[in-house]
Amino acid sequence: MNALIEFQQVCKYYHMGDTTVKAADHISFQIYKGEFVAIVGSSGSGKSTCMNIIGCLDVPSEGTYLLNGKDVGQMNKNQLAEIRNELLGFIFQQYNLLPKLNLVENVEVPLMYAGVPKKERRERALEALKQVGLGDKWRHKPMELSGGQQQRVSIARALVGRPSVILADEPTGALDSRTGREVLGMLQDIHRQGNTVVLITHDNSIAVQAQRIIRLEDGHVVYDGPSDAPEAVVTPRIAGEEEGRSA
Amino acid sequence: MSILESLELALKNIVSSKVRTLLTMLGIIIGVAAVIVIVGLGNGLETYVTDSFSDMGTNTLTVTVMSRGSTRSLDAEDMYGIVEENSQYLDLCSPTVPMIGYVKIGSETVDTTSSTGVSEDYLDIARLTIAQGRNLQYSDMATRAKVCVIGAYLNQAYFGGNAVGQTLRVGGQSLTVVGVLEQQEDGAMEEGGSDDCLYLPYTTAERITGAASAYTITMQDEDHIDESVAALEASLYEVFASDDYYTVTSMSEILDTMTSMINILVGVLAGIAAISLVVGGIGIMNIMLVSVTERTREIGIRKSLGAKERYIMQQFVIEAAATSALGGIIGILLGDGLSAVASTVIARVMEESLTVSPTMGAVLLAFGISVGIGVFFGYLPAKKAARLNPIDALHYD
Repeated sequence: MNALIEFQQVCKYYHMGDTTVKAADHISFQIYKGEFVAIVGSSGSGKSTCMNIIGCLDVPSEGTYLLNGKDVGQMNKNQLAEIRNELLGFIFQQYNLLPKLNLVENVEVPLMYAGVPKKERRERALEALKQVGLGDKWRHKPMELSGGQQQRVSIARALVGRPSVILADEPTGALDSRTGREVLGMLQDIHRQGNTVVLITHDNSIAVQAQRIIRLEDGHVVYDGPSDAPEAVVTPRIAGEEEGRSA
Repeated sequence: MSILESLELALKNIVSSKVRTLLTMLGIIIGVAAVIVIVGLGNGLETYVTDSFSDMGTNTLTVTVMSRGSTRSLDAEDMYGIVEENSQYLDLCSPTVPMIGYVKIGSETVDTTSSTGVSEDYLDIARLTIAQGRNLQYSDMATRAKVCVIGAYLNQAYFGGNAVGQTLRVGGQSLTVVGVLEQQEDGAMEEGGSDDCLYLPYTTAERITGAASAYTITMQDEDHIDESVAALEASLYEVFASDDYYTVTSMSEILDTMTSMINILVGVLAGIAAISLVVGGIGIMNIMLVSVTERTREIGIRKSLGAKERYIMQQFVIEAAATSALGGIIGILLGDGLSAVASTVIARVMEESLTVSPTMGAVLLAFGISVGIGVFFGYLPAKKAARLNPIDALHYD
C-alpha cells in the first residue's frame, strides 16, 4: 500500500538576515490512509513547518513530499490551491471562520471553490453541519456561537469536501479543557469513520489521543511510533539523547 | 466560482459597509452626474442653435455687396442675372432691404417690428406661409406697389386678426396689408419676436431707403455648398474685379462653425468633469487597498480552503467594479435629475426654451467608464490580494 503522505528527507530553510534557520532538517516519515497521527513538538520544533508543508501551504526547500503519490514540490500555486481544495481539510486553532458569512455559507466555501453547483453545495453543507450537531443554527453568524461551537463549524467545513486528509492545527488550543475534549472526541469519531487525521499539537496529553505520535525537535524527528509506548511521551533529557543518537 | 457568485459576494460586502461604500463612490457619482449634465447641456444648446438656423433655412446663401463707384456696382436686376447664370447651383433669389424707421398703425408707433423689403420668392426662401390674403407678387415688384405682408403678431395685436385690406405706414409710406403670415412654430407671438415682422416689395423699399445691398439666395442642392459659393463668387468677381466689395456666407457654414464651437466647449467641460471620474477611481483604489489589508486573514482562509489566485483577484476586481458601477448608476440618476432641474431653471431665468437632454449614448458611456474605472483601479489592490502568501495571511492580525 502506498503511503498517503510521504516525507522523503524534507528540509525547509528560512533566511533571517545573514543566518539560515533550518526549520525542518531531513524529515522523513510516512502516513497511511486511515491513520490518526499526532505531530508533537514544542514551539520551534518544526511542527508548524511540517503542518504548512503537509497542508500544501508551503513547499519544501529540499527533499520530496508526496501526497497521494504526487510530488507537491513541483506544483505551481494554482495546482497547490487545487490540492488543498480537493485533498485537504483544515481545522485551525483560531477556527478561522469568515465573520460576514453565516454558518452554512462558511461551510460552503470549499465546495464553492471546487465548483459544486449551488443547490448541491447547500445540501452538503447542511448535512455536514448536522453531523457536528449544529444543523439548526445554520443561519447564525460565527460570532454568535461559543468557541467550541465555532470549532465544530470549522470541522464541518473541513469534512464537507470529503478530503483525503484532515489536518488539525492545535484544534483545542483556544478551548477550555471540557470543550477541548469534545472536539478531540469528534476527531476520533472522524477517524473511526475511516478518515485520515493529522493532529498538530504541542500538548502531550492531547497527542496521546492519537494512534501514532511523530515527535519533532529542532527540525528532526525524535520519535515515530504508537502513542501508547512509554517513549512516546518523553522527557526533554531523553529527547536530547535521542536527538544526539539520530544526529 | 462564477462571476455571478463573485458579484453576489461583492454586493454583500458593499451592503455591509454602506457609509464607506457611499464615500468611496462619491467621486464617481459627482463625475458621472457632471458629465451627463454637461453633455446634456451641450446637446440642448446644439439643438437650440440648429433649430434657430433651420428656421432661416440652411440651404441659403447671403450675399452682401458694396457699390464701387458708378461703373462697378450691382443692382437687383444684375443679381437676378447672376443667379440665372448659375442656375445649376442656385435657385431662388431675393434682395433684402432692411427698413429703418418705425411702423405706424393708425396713431400708434410700433418700434419693435422688423420690416424688410423682399422679392416675391422670399417667403419660400424663409419657409414662411400665408395664412390670410396673398403673398407679394412679381407685379408688386414691377409696379413698386404700396403693399405689405405682416406677421401674425401685428395682425393679432393691432388689427384684431383682420389686417388684410387695412393700411399702415412704414418710413412715411402708406402701405396696404395684402397678406398675413402663419404663426411660426416656435411661436414667439410677442413684441420683437419672430411673428413681429413686416415684408414689402423690395422695389418699394428701395425708394424709401436706397438700393438693395444684401441678397438671400437658395441653393439647388445642399450637398454642393462649396461649388455654389464658388460659382457665385466667380460671377461677383467679374462685376467688381476685386473681392473686397462683396461677401458670400452660407447659413450651413455658420451653423457648422457654431456647432463645432459648441462641441469644443462641451468637450472641454466634459473633460474637466471627467477628471473627477479619475479622482473617484483613485478613491476606489485607495479604499480597496485598505480593504485588502483589513481582509488579509480572510484571504488567507480562502486560499487555505482552495481559492486560486484568480478567484481572489476576481473577487476584488468585481467588488471594485460593482462599487464603481453602483456609483455610476447613482450618478446617472443624479445627472438626469439635475438635467431636469437645469432645464426648468434655464426656462425660468433666460426665458428661452433650452432642454438639457441627457442622451442615451452619454448615459451608457458614463456607466461604461465608471465600470472601467472600477476594473482599472481595482486591479492593483486585487493583484496585491491575490499574491498574498497564505501562511502569512493566515497568521495576520
